[in-house]
Amino acid sequence: MHDWSPRPPPGRSFAEGTARHTVLNEKESSLSRHNGNGPGSPGKKRKGTKLTGAKILFEVLKDEGVEIIFGYPGGAVIDIYDTMPQYDIRHVLTRHEQAAVHAADAYSRTSGKVGVCLVTSGPGATNTVTGIASAYMDSIPLVVFTGQVPSSLIGNDAFQEVDIVGITRPCTKHNYLVKEASRVAETVREAFYLARSGRPGPVVVDLCKDAMAGEVEFVLPPAACMKGYSPKYEPHKGQVKKAAQLIAKSKRPVIFGGGGVILSGASAELRTLAEKITAPVTTTLMGLGGFPGTHDLWLVMLGMHGTFRANMAITECDLLIGIGARFDDRVTGRIDSFAPHAKIIHIDIDPTSIQKNVPVNVPIVGDCKITLQQLNAMLDHEDLANVSEKRRPWLDQIRAWKETAPLAYTQCKNIKPQFVVEKIYELTRGEAIITTEVGQNQMWAAQYYHFDRPNSFVTSGGLGCMGFGLPAAIGAQTACPGRTVVDIAGDGSIQMNIQELATAVENKLPVKVAILNNGYLGMVRQWQQLFKDRRYVATDMSHAPDFVKLAEAYGAVGMRATTPEEVEPVIRKALELDAPVIMDFVVEREECVYPMVPAGAAIKDMLLV
Amino acid sequence: MNQEERHTISILVDNEPGVLSRVAGLFSGRGFNIASLNVAETLESELSRITLVSYGVAQIQEQINKQLRKLVNVVKVTDFSDSDCVEREMALVKVQSDAEHRAEVLRIADIFRCKVVDVSPNDYTIEVTGNRGKIEALIDLLRPVGSLEIARTGVIAMARSKKGTKK
Ligand SMILES: Cc1ncc(C[n+]2csc(CCOP(=O)(O)OP(=O)(O)O)c2C)c(N)n1
Repeated sequence: MHDWSPRPPPGRSFAEGTARHTVLNEKESSLSRHNGNGPGSPGKKRKGTKLTGAKILFEVLKDEGVEIIFGYPGGAVIDIYDTMPQYDIRHVLTRHEQAAVHAADAYSRTSGKVGVCLVTSGPGATNTVTGIASAYMDSIPLVVFTGQVPSSLIGNDAFQEVDIVGITRPCTKHNYLVKEASRVAETVREAFYLARSGRPGPVVVDLCKDAMAGEVEFVLPPAACMKGYSPKYEPHKGQVKKAAQLIAKSKRPVIFGGGGVILSGASAELRTLAEKITAPVTTTLMGLGGFPGTHDLWLVMLGMHGTFRANMAITECDLLIGIGARFDDRVTGRIDSFAPHAKIIHIDIDPTSIQKNVPVNVPIVGDCKITLQQLNAMLDHEDLANVSEKRRPWLDQIRAWKETAPLAYTQCKNIKPQFVVEKIYELTRGEAIITTEVGQNQMWAAQYYHFDRPNSFVTSGGLGCMGFGLPAAIGAQTACPGRTVVDIAGDGSIQMNIQELATAVENKLPVKVAILNNGYLGMVRQWQQLFKDRRYVATDMSHAPDFVKLAEAYGAVGMRATTPEEVEPVIRKALELDAPVIMDFVVEREECVYPMVPAGAAIKDMLLV
Repeated sequence: MNQEERHTISILVDNEPGVLSRVAGLFSGRGFNIASLNVAETLESELSRITLVSYGVAQIQEQINKQLRKLVNVVKVTDFSDSDCVEREMALVKVQSDAEHRAEVLRIADIFRCKVVDVSPNDYTIEVTGNRGKIEALIDLLRPVGSLEIARTGVIAMARSKKGTKK
């Protein structure tokens, strides 16, 4: 029926993917992010030529190093699409604009570059809002171009007009309305600079149709320079020194990393710090992979579905070193019981993240990577002799907590969702890029897949938007063609952007979707079970399509497993195929995610089973 | 619970469409009311100054000040809460002035150093500037006179001495 062939041997192509990936993320990307400029040589090229706004757009995109655009056309952007073939830029046509943004988001996270989208005005633009909000909450650098009606019609309720600058103001780092061709070059330059520098984030550029058609003289603008905007990368030396002194004195330190560790490429420095001071490490959902998931000092994730040991360690520690994390309520639980005995050091590039939710003893505004480098260097002057000896009782205590309540589940005759995730981990040797939908699937992916390196776990953290995983898998696979990409999905979420299977098939992107099919909106059902006396209102999803047939209808491959024995063969087969595959795992219906901290409780008060 | 404090904040911004809405959005997004708002060009036509008064608990006010600084179009933020500043606002007050009240209105206007800027057979329009207290006091005194109409500007503020916002 299908002529999908087996994949090329995963080992080699994966290694290539890795090499590129590492270089981009650890060196180039953090550098280019800091300088605020792509690979271009600004200032001289093409002086004196007259070009249309659309051409100018692409000239700057090329100069910014853009290779791929995720998008969806329409009347307002038809001139832009018309110009696109003259430039060597790949366009991936998604089936929904929301998916284009999620794909660009994941592309950015796995390539280290700025993700780029192009959509039309009105409905095209409004369809991007969820994707933009998700990228905003997770600080992902994106530039989203939206079409706009001709500038003369703005404000007239013209056909497909919408004030997208107004709509996206609270969920973008910044946004622009471009009404004249003469403003295109400089604005696009600024948009990329803003998206990638400082605390990264999405920038919307709304392009009026006449600004794209109009012709003006084009000079490639120099690096962006903006009066009111100058991110601070270098930490205050005195503060770093204070941090080093606190660290040397502490008996029970814990390091708590967030997405900022990954965004700034600081995972090597984080590891150095942890080992140097023998401190256990936990991260947020967004920070997973920022510290090796197989390391001795690894506590696994903290917070609402964090491990017992991570949450207990936070509760008992005398020093908490927060790095690139924003102390979100899903992480802290009840604020007054969060790290109640600890002095807190908080490193973040964004001053608004510091002191927002918890009082901090040593605030350090700066880039995580640079700050950790300086901190590590400064610690060399502190007395760290016997530090691992001194902290032995603390590590013993943590080991005891781990043994009291390890992450575990009990097998039964039905497939356990955790078992599926474990098998995926095993069979991909921990080397896959995992994207997730939202809900239980996301939490099990976080708990049972162990991430040893950054940029391999791609999830909608801050916004938690269902429908993220499949488009994200598409974005990740375009960035890393050699790597295995698996979307760990719920049967509810996958139906929010299932149409993107067509995108995967059309673009020959062999993404794998593992649906943990419990026939429920599982995470909400879990809350109903635990806190609403099992009144399951509006969470039954058993009226669903046959996912195997659905995959086939799209030209992908579909497989199903209904018993634990079938799990491994299905995953093996899926990984061998060079094709998009849906794996429908019919799992235990009423399984819950544990540990769980009830909303508003202290994180030490976990439900363990 | 923390006490709500009054904050007068002076914000130097790019003089561009949409900037005011970005600033105001930071308050509305947190469910904060803006008590008074004033915007006008500065000596440099590409910059505007927003003077804004709001009430809130200290910790959220600190957040807002930081968030304001983060806005790309914001060049400088000064919170006058902890420093000594001069605050002024202006009001135009239209007040009934029939034969019975005319003398009384003029007397009050004189005490408050107001200017009468418009006269008609039935009413006076008087202009008053000063800090909030002075304007409130004037209004209180005029209220018994009868049918009152008022237009007030928001607060504008400037630091005393050399400290504070330049430009
Ligand atoms: C767009 C969106 N709508 C609603 C929610 C609320 N929500 C959070 S988890 C969840 C259930 C997800 O169900 P499913 O995808 O089947 O995953 P499971 O929890 O069963 O793994 C819902 C409805 C959300 N996060 N995003």
